[in-house]
Amino acid sequence: MAQHLSYEDSKRGVWKGLGLLAAVTVIEVMLSLLKAAEFAENLRLLIYFASLLIIALSLYKAYFIIYEFMHMGYEVKALAMTVLLPTFLLLWGMIAFFNEGDAWRKGREKIINKNELKVPDGGEVGYIDRTDEIMFVG
Amino acid sequence: MTEERDTDIIIAADQKPELTSDWAGGDRKPFRTSYGKLMMWYFLLSDAFTFAGFLIAYGALRFSSASWPVPDRVFATMPFGINEMFPNAQAPLMFVTFMSFLLIVSSGTMVRAVQEGARENKRGVVLWMLLTVLGGAGFLACQAWEWTNLIGKENMTVTTNPFGTYTEDGYYLDPETGELTDEEVATGETYLLHVAGEAHGEAEEFEEEGAYQYATTPGDYPGYVVDGLRPDGTINPAAKRFIHRKYVVERENGDTYERVQEFGPTAFGALFFGITGFHGFHVATGVIFLLIILINAGGGVYAARMNGYEMVEKIGLYWHFVDLVWVFVFLVFYLL
Repeated sequence: MAQHLSYEDSKRGVWKGLGLLAAVTVIEVMLSLLKAAEFAENLRLLIYFASLLIIALSLYKAYFIIYEFMHMGYEVKALAMTVLLPTFLLLWGMIAFFNEGDAWRKGREKIINKNELKVPDGGEVGYIDRTDEIMFVG
Repeated sequence: MTEERDTDIIIAADQKPELTSDWAGGDRKPFRTSYGKLMMWYFLLSDAFTFAGFLIAYGALRFSSASWPVPDRVFATMPFGINEMFPNAQAPLMFVTFMSFLLIVSSGTMVRAVQEGARENKRGVVLWMLLTVLGGAGFLACQAWEWTNLIGKENMTVTTNPFGTYTEDGYYLDPETGELTDEEVATGETYLLHVAGEAHGEAEEFEEEGAYQYATTPGDYPGYVVDGLRPDGTINPAAKRFIHRKYVVERENGDTYERVQEFGPTAFGALFFGITGFHGFHVATGVIFLLIILINAGGGVYAARMNGYEMVEKIGLYWHFVDLVWVFVFLVFYLL
Protein backbone atom coordinates (compact mmCIF):
# COMPACT_ATOMS: atom_id res chain seq x y z
CA MET A 1 0.00 0.00 0.00
CA ALA A 2 1.97 2.98 1.13
CA GLN A 3 5.69 3.48 1.37
CA HIS A 4 5.69 2.97 5.13
CA LEU A 5 4.78 -0.71 4.70
CA SER A 6 6.85 -3.45 3.14
CA TYR A 7 5.57 -4.91 -0.12
CA GLU A 8 4.56 -8.16 1.56
CA ASP A 9 2.69 -6.36 4.32
CA SER A 10 0.82 -4.09 1.95
CA LYS A 11 -0.18 -7.08 -0.20
CA ARG A 12 -1.59 -8.79 2.85
CA GLY A 13 -3.31 -5.52 3.78
CA VAL A 14 -5.35 -5.60 0.58
CA TRP A 15 -6.78 -9.07 1.21
CA LYS A 16 -7.46 -8.20 4.84
CA GLY A 17 -9.27 -5.07 3.71
CA LEU A 18 -11.30 -7.05 1.20
CA GLY A 19 -12.26 -9.57 3.87
CA LEU A 20 -13.31 -6.74 6.16
CA LEU A 21 -15.50 -5.08 3.53
CA ALA A 22 -17.09 -8.41 2.59
CA ALA A 23 -17.78 -9.27 6.23
CA VAL A 24 -19.34 -5.85 6.89
CA THR A 25 -21.53 -6.28 3.79
CA VAL A 26 -22.72 -9.71 4.98
CA ILE A 27 -23.60 -8.28 8.40
CA GLU A 28 -25.52 -5.43 6.74
CA VAL A 29 -27.53 -7.82 4.59
CA MET A 30 -28.39 -10.00 7.59
CA LEU A 31 -29.52 -6.95 9.56
CA SER A 32 -31.58 -5.84 6.59
CA LEU A 33 -33.26 -9.25 6.31
CA LEU A 34 -34.51 -8.81 9.89
CA LYS A 35 -37.35 -6.82 8.35
CA ALA A 36 -38.67 -9.98 6.70
CA ALA A 37 -38.20 -12.19 9.77
CA GLU A 38 -41.39 -13.34 11.50
CA PHE A 39 -40.24 -12.66 15.05
CA ALA A 40 -39.28 -9.05 14.25
CA GLU A 41 -42.71 -8.18 12.91
CA ASN A 42 -43.89 -6.42 16.05
CA LEU A 43 -40.51 -5.06 17.11
CA ARG A 44 -40.46 -1.73 15.29
CA LEU A 45 -37.77 -0.46 17.63
CA LEU A 46 -35.47 -3.38 16.76
CA ILE A 47 -35.82 -2.68 13.04
CA TYR A 48 -35.21 1.00 13.69
CA PHE A 49 -31.93 0.27 15.48
CA ALA A 50 -30.94 -2.28 12.86
CA SER A 51 -31.39 0.42 10.21
CA LEU A 52 -29.24 2.87 12.17
CA LEU A 53 -26.57 0.19 12.53
CA ILE A 54 -26.70 -0.53 8.78
CA ILE A 55 -26.16 3.19 8.04
CA ALA A 56 -23.24 3.33 10.48
CA LEU A 57 -21.64 0.24 8.90
CA SER A 58 -22.03 1.72 5.41
CA LEU A 59 -20.35 4.92 6.55
CA TYR A 60 -17.54 2.79 7.95
CA LYS A 61 -17.18 1.04 4.59
CA ALA A 62 -17.04 4.43 2.86
CA TYR A 63 -14.37 5.61 5.31
CA PHE A 64 -12.32 2.46 4.72
CA ILE A 65 -12.50 2.70 0.93
CA ILE A 66 -11.48 6.39 0.98
CA TYR A 67 -8.73 6.12 3.58
CA GLU A 68 -7.16 2.78 2.66
CA PHE A 69 -8.04 1.86 -0.93
CA MET A 70 -7.95 5.44 -2.23
CA HIS A 71 -4.96 6.25 -0.03
CA MET A 72 -6.44 9.40 1.47
CA GLY A 73 -4.94 8.43 4.83
CA TYR A 74 -1.45 8.82 3.36
CA GLU A 75 -2.01 12.16 1.62
CA VAL A 76 -1.28 15.57 3.12
CA LYS A 77 -3.98 16.44 5.64
CA ALA A 78 -4.90 19.65 3.82
CA LEU A 79 -5.71 17.67 0.68
CA ALA A 80 -7.98 15.35 2.63
CA MET A 81 -9.75 18.34 4.17
CA THR A 82 -10.34 20.12 0.83
CA VAL A 83 -12.03 16.98 -0.48
CA LEU A 84 -13.87 15.80 2.62
CA LEU A 85 -15.06 19.01 4.30
CA PRO A 86 -17.27 20.17 1.38
CA THR A 87 -19.24 16.92 1.65
CA PHE A 88 -20.43 18.03 5.07
CA LEU A 89 -22.57 20.62 3.28
CA LEU A 90 -24.67 17.65 2.22
CA LEU A 91 -25.75 17.10 5.82
CA TRP A 92 -27.91 20.20 5.63
CA GLY A 93 -29.23 19.05 2.25
CA MET A 94 -30.36 15.80 3.83
CA ILE A 95 -31.99 17.44 6.85
CA ALA A 96 -33.83 20.02 4.75
CA PHE A 97 -35.04 17.74 1.95
CA PHE A 98 -36.03 14.80 4.12
CA ASN A 99 -38.10 17.12 6.29
CA GLU A 100 -39.65 18.63 3.20
CA GLY A 101 -40.52 15.16 1.89
CA ASP A 102 -42.11 14.33 5.22
CA ALA A 103 -44.18 17.50 5.02
CA TRP A 104 -45.46 16.51 1.54
CA ARG A 105 -46.59 13.17 2.95
CA LYS A 106 -48.40 14.80 5.85
CA GLY A 107 -50.12 17.19 3.42
CA ARG A 108 -51.34 14.30 1.28
CA GLU A 109 -52.56 12.33 4.30
CA LYS A 110 -54.55 15.34 5.45
CA ILE A 111 -56.29 15.56 2.08
CA ILE A 112 -57.08 11.82 2.08
CA ASN A 113 -58.52 12.02 5.60
CA LYS A 114 -60.69 15.00 4.75
CA ASN A 115 -62.00 13.28 1.64
CA GLU A 116 -63.17 10.39 3.79
CA LEU A 117 -65.07 12.54 6.28
CA LYS A 118 -68.79 11.93 6.02
CA VAL A 119 -71.42 14.62 6.09
CA PRO A 120 -73.82 13.83 8.95
CA ASP A 121 -77.13 12.44 7.72
CA GLY A 122 -80.60 14.08 8.04
CA GLY A 123 -81.19 13.93 11.78
CA GLU A 124 -77.86 15.41 12.72
CA VAL A 125 -77.88 18.35 10.32
CA GLY A 126 -77.52 21.59 12.15
CA TYR A 127 -76.09 19.91 15.19
CA ILE A 128 -72.32 20.06 15.49
CA ASP A 129 -70.62 18.14 18.23
CA ARG A 130 -67.57 20.21 19.12
CA THR A 131 -65.51 17.08 19.79
CA ASP A 132 -66.34 15.64 16.36
CA GLU A 133 -63.81 15.61 13.51
CA ILE A 134 -66.30 17.52 11.37
CA MET A 135 -65.42 20.78 13.12
CA PHE A 136 -62.16 20.92 11.18
CA VAL A 137 -63.93 21.10 7.82
CA GLY A 138 -64.33 24.82 8.40
CA MET B 1 2.76 49.34 -18.43
CA THR B 2 3.81 48.68 -14.87
CA GLU B 3 6.42 50.54 -12.93
CA GLU B 4 9.28 48.69 -11.44
CA ARG B 5 8.98 48.58 -7.66
CA ASP B 6 11.74 47.84 -5.26
CA THR B 7 9.80 44.95 -3.80
CA ASP B 8 9.94 43.13 -7.13
CA ILE B 9 12.40 40.34 -7.36
CA ILE B 10 14.75 41.08 -10.14
CA ILE B 11 15.69 38.00 -12.06
CA ALA B 12 18.71 38.15 -14.22
CA ALA B 13 17.88 37.54 -17.87
CA ASP B 14 19.79 34.26 -17.97
CA GLN B 15 18.03 33.04 -14.79
CA LYS B 16 14.48 33.52 -16.07
CA PRO B 17 12.57 30.24 -16.29
CA GLU B 18 11.38 29.09 -19.67
CA LEU B 19 7.68 29.55 -20.33
CA THR B 20 7.20 25.85 -20.98
CA SER B 21 8.59 24.85 -17.62
CA ASP B 22 6.32 27.42 -15.95
CA TRP B 23 3.35 25.32 -16.99
CA ALA B 24 4.78 22.31 -15.22
CA GLY B 25 3.91 24.06 -11.97
CA GLY B 26 7.40 24.35 -10.61
CA ASP B 27 9.03 22.08 -8.11
CA ARG B 28 6.65 22.75 -5.24
CA LYS B 29 3.54 20.71 -5.85
CA PRO B 30 0.36 21.70 -4.04
CA PHE B 31 -0.44 19.18 -1.31
CA ARG B 32 2.71 17.29 -2.33
CA THR B 33 0.86 15.35 -4.97
CA SER B 34 0.75 15.49 -8.75
CA TYR B 35 -1.71 17.72 -10.57
CA GLY B 36 -3.26 14.68 -12.21
CA LYS B 37 -4.15 13.03 -8.92
CA LEU B 38 -5.28 16.30 -7.38
CA MET B 39 -7.65 17.02 -10.26
CA MET B 40 -8.98 13.45 -10.14
CA TRP B 41 -9.82 14.03 -6.49
CA TYR B 42 -11.70 17.24 -7.28
CA PHE B 43 -13.52 15.61 -10.18
CA LEU B 44 -14.60 12.84 -7.83
CA LEU B 45 -15.75 15.44 -5.29
CA SER B 46 -17.97 17.07 -7.92
CA ASP B 47 -19.27 13.67 -9.01
CA ALA B 48 -20.02 12.84 -5.39
CA PHE B 49 -22.22 15.93 -5.24
CA THR B 50 -24.09 14.81 -8.37
CA PHE B 51 -24.79 11.43 -6.83
CA ALA B 52 -25.65 13.04 -3.51
CA GLY B 53 -28.18 15.23 -5.32
CA PHE B 54 -29.85 12.16 -6.77
CA LEU B 55 -29.81 10.25 -3.51
CA ILE B 56 -31.20 13.19 -1.54
CA ALA B 57 -34.00 13.48 -4.13
CA TYR B 58 -34.62 9.77 -3.56
CA GLY B 59 -34.80 10.33 0.18
CA ALA B 60 -37.17 13.29 -0.13
CA LEU B 61 -39.54 11.34 -2.41
CA ARG B 62 -39.36 8.26 -0.21
CA PHE B 63 -40.20 10.32 2.88
CA SER B 64 -43.09 11.89 0.94
CA SER B 65 -44.71 8.52 0.12
CA ALA B 66 -47.26 6.85 2.35
CA SER B 67 -45.62 3.50 1.57
CA TRP B 68 -42.47 2.30 -0.13
CA PRO B 69 -41.81 -1.14 -1.66
CA VAL B 70 -39.90 -3.41 0.72
CA PRO B 71 -36.59 -4.27 -1.01
CA ASP B 72 -36.57 -7.82 0.44
CA ARG B 73 -39.67 -8.47 -1.63
CA VAL B 74 -38.74 -6.51 -4.78
CA PHE B 75 -35.19 -7.82 -5.20
CA ALA B 76 -35.76 -11.51 -4.52
CA THR B 77 -35.12 -13.13 -7.89
CA MET B 78 -31.95 -14.65 -9.30
CA PRO B 79 -30.90 -15.83 -12.75
CA PHE B 80 -31.14 -19.50 -13.82
CA GLY B 81 -34.01 -19.94 -11.35
CA ILE B 82 -31.59 -20.11 -8.41
CA ASN B 83 -34.24 -18.39 -6.29
CA GLU B 84 -36.38 -21.54 -6.67
CA MET B 85 -34.07 -23.21 -4.15
CA PHE B 86 -35.07 -20.71 -1.46
CA PRO B 87 -38.22 -20.84 0.65
CA ASN B 88 -41.22 -19.57 -1.38
CA ALA B 89 -38.82 -19.18 -4.33
CA GLN B 90 -37.76 -15.86 -2.77
CA ALA B 91 -34.05 -15.12 -2.47
CA PRO B 92 -34.16 -11.70 -0.82
CA LEU B 93 -31.15 -9.48 -1.65
CA MET B 94 -28.98 -12.50 -2.55
CA PHE B 95 -28.30 -11.51 -6.14
CA VAL B 96 -27.56 -7.89 -5.35
CA THR B 97 -25.22 -8.96 -2.52
CA PHE B 98 -23.34 -11.04 -5.08
CA MET B 99 -23.13 -7.93 -7.31
CA SER B 100 -21.70 -5.96 -4.39
CA PHE B 101 -19.06 -8.62 -3.81
CA LEU B 102 -18.04 -8.44 -7.48
CA LEU B 103 -17.50 -4.70 -7.17
CA ILE B 104 -15.67 -4.92 -3.83
CA VAL B 105 -13.34 -7.64 -5.13
CA SER B 106 -12.60 -5.64 -8.28
CA SER B 107 -11.71 -2.72 -6.00
CA GLY B 108 -9.22 -5.00 -4.20
CA THR B 109 -7.62 -6.20 -7.43
CA MET B 110 -7.31 -2.54 -8.46
CA VAL B 111 -5.30 -1.81 -5.31
CA ARG B 112 -3.02 -4.70 -6.24
CA ALA B 113 -2.54 -3.25 -9.75
CA VAL B 114 -1.53 0.10 -8.22
CA GLN B 115 0.93 -1.66 -5.88
CA GLU B 116 2.56 -3.54 -8.74
CA GLY B 117 2.72 -0.26 -10.66
CA ALA B 118 4.62 1.38 -7.81
CA ARG B 119 7.21 -1.43 -8.15
CA GLU B 120 7.33 -0.87 -11.93
CA ASN B 121 6.16 -4.45 -12.48
CA LYS B 122 4.43 -4.37 -15.88
CA ARG B 123 3.21 -7.96 -15.85
CA GLY B 124 1.64 -7.50 -12.42
CA VAL B 125 -0.14 -4.32 -13.48
CA VAL B 126 -1.59 -5.98 -16.57
CA LEU B 127 -2.71 -9.09 -14.67
CA TRP B 128 -4.46 -7.25 -11.83
CA MET B 129 -6.05 -4.67 -14.11
CA LEU B 130 -7.39 -7.48 -16.27
CA LEU B 131 -9.06 -9.04 -13.21
CA THR B 132 -10.49 -5.62 -12.31
CA VAL B 133 -11.98 -5.28 -15.80
CA LEU B 134 -13.52 -8.75 -15.46
CA GLY B 135 -15.11 -7.77 -12.13
CA GLY B 136 -16.53 -4.58 -13.62
CA ALA B 137 -17.87 -6.35 -16.70
CA GLY B 138 -19.40 -9.05 -14.47
CA PHE B 139 -21.14 -6.38 -12.42
CA LEU B 140 -22.57 -4.80 -15.58
CA ALA B 141 -23.78 -8.19 -16.81
CA CYS B 142 -25.56 -8.76 -13.49
CA GLN B 143 -27.17 -5.35 -13.67
CA ALA B 144 -28.31 -6.05 -17.22
CA TRP B 145 -30.02 -9.23 -16.01
CA GLU B 146 -31.57 -7.43 -13.04
CA TRP B 147 -33.05 -4.73 -15.26
CA THR B 148 -34.25 -7.22 -17.87
CA ASN B 149 -36.04 -9.21 -15.20
CA LEU B 150 -37.62 -6.13 -13.61
CA ILE B 151 -38.78 -4.61 -16.89
CA GLY B 152 -39.61 -7.72 -18.91
CA LYS B 153 -41.02 -10.06 -16.29
CA GLU B 154 -42.20 -7.90 -13.44
CA ASN B 155 -43.37 -4.98 -15.60
CA MET B 156 -41.60 -2.26 -13.63
CA THR B 157 -40.74 0.79 -15.76
CA VAL B 158 -39.88 4.41 -15.07
CA THR B 159 -43.59 5.25 -15.16
CA THR B 160 -45.20 2.09 -13.75
CA ASN B 161 -44.44 0.53 -10.41
CA PRO B 162 -46.39 -2.68 -9.85
CA PHE B 163 -44.81 -3.16 -6.42
CA GLY B 164 -47.42 -1.80 -4.03
CA THR B 165 -47.46 -1.91 -0.24
CA TYR B 166 -50.47 -2.22 2.07
CA THR B 167 -50.93 0.66 4.49
CA GLU B 168 -53.79 -0.94 6.43
CA ASP B 169 -54.66 -4.38 7.82
CA GLY B 170 -57.57 -6.23 6.30
CA TYR B 171 -58.90 -9.31 4.50
CA TYR B 172 -59.03 -10.22 0.82
CA LEU B 173 -62.25 -10.73 -1.07
CA ASP B 174 -62.58 -14.05 -2.84
CA PRO B 175 -61.65 -13.33 -6.48
CA GLU B 176 -64.50 -15.45 -7.86
CA THR B 177 -67.43 -14.63 -5.60
CA GLY B 178 -66.41 -11.36 -4.01
CA GLU B 179 -67.10 -12.74 -0.52
CA LEU B 180 -64.90 -11.88 2.44
CA THR B 181 -62.21 -14.52 3.01
CA ASP B 182 -59.90 -15.14 5.96
CA GLU B 183 -56.83 -14.45 3.79
CA GLU B 184 -55.04 -11.63 5.60
CA VAL B 185 -53.69 -8.34 4.30
CA ALA B 186 -50.89 -7.02 6.52
CA THR B 187 -49.65 -3.44 6.83
CA GLY B 188 -46.21 -2.94 5.35
CA GLU B 189 -46.32 -6.06 3.20
CA THR B 190 -45.33 -5.53 -0.42
CA TYR B 191 -47.17 -7.23 -3.28
CA LEU B 192 -46.46 -7.47 -7.00
CA LEU B 193 -49.37 -6.72 -9.32
CA HIS B 194 -49.48 -9.45 -11.95
CA VAL B 195 -50.51 -9.03 -15.54
CA ALA B 196 -53.47 -11.17 -16.56
CA GLY B 197 -52.42 -14.26 -18.49
CA GLU B 198 -48.68 -13.89 -17.83
CA ALA B 199 -46.40 -16.06 -15.70
CA HIS B 200 -43.95 -14.21 -13.45
CA GLY B 201 -41.57 -16.98 -12.54
CA GLU B 202 -42.91 -17.12 -9.02
CA ALA B 203 -44.50 -20.01 -7.23
CA GLU B 204 -47.60 -18.11 -6.23
CA GLU B 205 -51.29 -18.75 -6.31
CA PHE B 206 -51.27 -17.82 -9.98
CA GLU B 207 -49.43 -20.94 -11.04
CA GLU B 208 -50.72 -23.54 -8.62
CA GLU B 209 -52.82 -26.40 -9.95
CA GLY B 210 -56.53 -25.75 -9.66
CA ALA B 211 -55.96 -22.13 -8.66
CA TYR B 212 -58.54 -19.58 -9.68
CA GLN B 213 -57.96 -18.36 -13.22
CA TYR B 214 -58.25 -14.59 -13.40
CA ALA B 215 -60.12 -13.13 -16.35
CA THR B 216 -57.95 -11.57 -19.03
CA THR B 217 -60.62 -9.14 -20.23
CA PRO B 218 -60.49 -5.68 -18.62
CA GLY B 219 -63.28 -4.98 -16.23
CA ASP B 220 -64.53 -4.77 -12.66
CA TYR B 221 -65.05 -8.30 -11.26
CA PRO B 222 -66.47 -9.28 -7.86
CA GLY B 223 -63.09 -9.79 -6.20
CA TYR B 224 -60.65 -7.92 -8.45
CA VAL B 225 -60.20 -5.34 -11.19
CA VAL B 226 -58.38 -5.90 -14.48
CA ASP B 227 -56.85 -2.74 -15.97
CA GLY B 228 -57.59 -1.55 -19.49
CA LEU B 229 -61.13 -0.17 -19.35
CA ARG B 230 -61.58 3.39 -20.59
CA PRO B 231 -63.98 5.65 -18.67
CA ASP B 232 -66.55 5.31 -21.49
CA GLY B 233 -66.56 1.50 -21.13
CA THR B 234 -64.55 0.61 -24.23
CA ILE B 235 -61.40 -1.49 -23.99
CA ASN B 236 -57.97 0.06 -24.45
CA PRO B 237 -56.03 -2.69 -26.27
CA ALA B 238 -52.65 -1.03 -25.54
CA ALA B 239 -53.07 -1.02 -21.74
CA LYS B 240 -51.23 -3.60 -19.65
CA ARG B 241 -53.86 -5.72 -17.94
CA PHE B 242 -52.74 -5.59 -14.34
CA ILE B 243 -54.85 -7.53 -11.86
CA HIS B 244 -55.74 -5.57 -8.71
CA ARG B 245 -57.30 -7.72 -5.98
CA LYS B 246 -59.92 -6.23 -3.70
CA TYR B 247 -59.75 -6.32 0.07
CA VAL B 248 -61.66 -4.91 3.00
CA VAL B 249 -60.15 -2.94 5.86
CA GLU B 250 -61.85 -2.18 9.15
CA ARG B 251 -61.22 0.94 11.20
CA GLU B 252 -61.22 1.03 14.99
CA ASN B 253 -64.63 2.69 15.02
CA GLY B 254 -66.11 -0.23 13.08
CA ASP B 255 -66.31 1.47 9.68
CA THR B 256 -65.25 -0.83 6.86
CA TYR B 257 -63.80 0.27 3.56
CA GLU B 258 -63.33 -1.71 0.38
CA ARG B 259 -59.90 -1.18 -1.10
CA VAL B 260 -58.22 -2.19 -4.36
CA GLN B 261 -54.52 -3.09 -4.59
CA GLU B 262 -52.96 0.11 -5.88
CA PHE B 263 -49.77 0.62 -7.84
CA GLY B 264 -46.75 1.51 -5.69
CA PRO B 265 -45.23 5.01 -5.74
CA THR B 266 -44.29 5.82 -9.35
CA ALA B 267 -41.11 7.54 -8.21
CA PHE B 268 -39.71 4.16 -7.15
CA GLY B 269 -39.21 2.93 -10.72
CA ALA B 270 -37.95 6.27 -12.01
CA LEU B 271 -35.46 6.66 -9.16
CA PHE B 272 -34.32 3.04 -9.34
CA PHE B 273 -33.59 3.05 -13.06
CA GLY B 274 -32.26 6.61 -12.98
CA ILE B 275 -29.82 6.19 -10.12
CA THR B 276 -28.64 2.61 -10.67
CA GLY B 277 -28.44 3.51 -14.37
CA PHE B 278 -26.25 6.52 -13.67
CA HIS B 279 -24.05 4.36 -11.47
CA GLY B 280 -23.95 1.62 -14.13
CA PHE B 281 -22.93 4.28 -16.66
CA HIS B 282 -20.00 5.14 -14.37
CA VAL B 283 -19.04 1.46 -14.17
CA ALA B 284 -19.22 1.12 -17.95
CA THR B 285 -17.08 4.25 -18.43
CA GLY B 286 -14.65 2.91 -15.84
CA VAL B 287 -14.34 -0.42 -17.66
CA ILE B 288 -13.58 1.39 -20.94
CA PHE B 289 -10.90 3.58 -19.35
CA LEU B 290 -9.44 0.61 -17.46
CA LEU B 291 -9.12 -1.20 -20.79
CA ILE B 292 -7.42 1.77 -22.46
CA ILE B 293 -4.94 2.12 -19.62
CA LEU B 294 -4.45 -1.65 -19.48
CA ILE B 295 -3.50 -1.68 -23.17
CA ASN B 296 -1.18 1.33 -22.71
CA ALA B 297 0.43 -0.31 -19.70
CA GLY B 298 0.96 -3.52 -21.65
CA GLY B 299 2.48 -1.51 -24.49
CA GLY B 300 5.04 0.03 -22.16
CA VAL B 301 3.69 3.60 -22.32
CA TYR B 302 3.77 4.08 -18.54
CA ALA B 303 7.02 2.17 -18.00
CA ALA B 304 8.70 4.81 -20.16
CA ARG B 305 7.36 7.61 -17.92
CA MET B 306 9.24 6.23 -14.90
CA ASN B 307 6.66 7.64 -12.48
CA GLY B 308 5.51 4.43 -10.83
CA TYR B 309 2.52 3.96 -13.18
CA GLU B 310 0.79 7.07 -11.93
CA MET B 311 -1.92 6.74 -14.58
CA VAL B 312 -2.93 3.39 -13.07
CA GLU B 313 -3.17 5.13 -9.72
CA LYS B 314 -5.50 7.78 -11.17
CA ILE B 315 -7.89 5.31 -12.81
CA GLY B 316 -7.68 3.39 -9.53
CA LEU B 317 -9.04 6.43 -7.68
CA TYR B 318 -11.94 6.60 -10.12
CA TRP B 319 -12.64 2.88 -9.81
CA HIS B 320 -12.70 2.98 -6.00
CA PHE B 321 -15.09 5.92 -6.23
CA VAL B 322 -17.48 3.81 -8.31
CA ASP B 323 -17.33 1.19 -5.54
CA LEU B 324 -17.85 3.95 -2.94
CA VAL B 325 -20.99 5.20 -4.67
CA TRP B 326 -22.28 1.63 -4.81
CA VAL B 327 -21.96 1.45 -1.01
CA PHE B 328 -24.57 4.21 -0.80
CA VAL B 329 -26.77 3.03 -3.67
CA PHE B 330 -26.77 -0.42 -2.06
CA LEU B 331 -27.62 1.18 1.28
CA VAL B 332 -30.63 3.20 0.21
CA PHE B 333 -32.14 0.97 -2.49
CA TYR B 334 -31.55 -2.48 -1.08
CA LEU B 335 -30.74 -2.39 2.62
CA LEU B 336 -33.10 0.20 4.06
